[in-house]
Amino acid sequence: MRRMLLWLPLLLFAALFGLVALGLFKPADRTVRSAMVDKPLPDFTLPAMLASKPGIARSSFGGGKPRLINVFASWCVPCIAEAPELMKLKAAGVPIDGIAINDTPEAIQTFLDRNGDPYQRIGNDKASQVQIALGSSGVPETFLIDGRGRIVRQYVSNLQDDQVDDILKTWRGMR
Amino acid sequence: MRPLPRFLRHAGLVPAPNERQASCVESKGIRLRRVGPRHKAGVTVVLGLILAAINPALAEKASLADTQLSDPAKEAQAKALMETIRCVECQGQAISDSNADIAGNMRSLIRERIKAGESPEQVRAWLIQRYGDYISYDPPLGGATWPLWAAPFVLLTIGIVIARSSFRRKR
Repeated sequence: MRRMLLWLPLLLFAALFGLVALGLFKPADRTVRSAMVDKPLPDFTLPAMLASKPGIARSSFGGGKPRLINVFASWCVPCIAEAPELMKLKAAGVPIDGIAINDTPEAIQTFLDRNGDPYQRIGNDKASQVQIALGSSGVPETFLIDGRGRIVRQYVSNLQDDQVDDILKTWRGMR
Repeated sequence: MRPLPRFLRHAGLVPAPNERQASCVESKGIRLRRVGPRHKAGVTVVLGLILAAINPALAEKASLADTQLSDPAKEAQAKALMETIRCVECQGQAISDSNADIAGNMRSLIRERIKAGESPEQVRAWLIQRYGDYISYDPPLGGATWPLWAAPFVLLTIGIVIARSSFRRKR
């Protein structure tokens, strides 16, 4: 028994070493996900970012019509990469509202002229207040809101093709 | 479309999982290229004072990210809370230490809510509702966290047992 016990520290060390090595070669997923998924959209009102489009408010969600909220910014590089995916969704008929973080109307207009404009409404969230209320931690992020005004899904970072398919499938199922 | 390289994904505020340190730096790089106005805190304060002279209502709306509350007791409460809220961009830091935009916006939000009369624990609960326990550096005692709280006592007990047995052997 004593003999066996002698090996215990080495075994403990090996276990710890294995744990650390695992963390090194397979890092944990550090994506911050919203805790608001499966909860009703919080109450908010955002003024219009552009003169040509209305701002957005909680009252425009629900009412039987699922919609997307896209949190974006003109200064965000992945948002440019995401633009074609959003245009695909727009072409498929998915209504998309934008929440612009820390931005100016001029910069947003330039961004939309250059990358396409998938948005029906764009709210001006200068100080991230609504972004934080949604549990979003960065740009771009996309939230799918169902016909009852609940947040059904959150997509962190720029949308990929498979996520676009997932949105389309879920959106068609909800209509 | 070809998938983007890892470093380009969501680099705006939340970094890709395995590029965390790099993209905190990188997001500063993006910030340099930003179109919107960026001021040093001092400029903001001066601008705020000018605005206050012109229109008090406008000054009220200014960001409280780097502006202390006029009530020292409330400022102390807000500061203490900020030190225990995690920044979601540079995830090892508290929002009081982080230069990330979203951390500044969270500081502003905390000051506004405390100024409006909410208690720090109410604000913490509101943030936990948004981001989960993850956002707080003060983990609550619960089903998943009790081993964390029990660990010091368990380790101390093991230590006492080892110490006792080894002292006994010496005698």
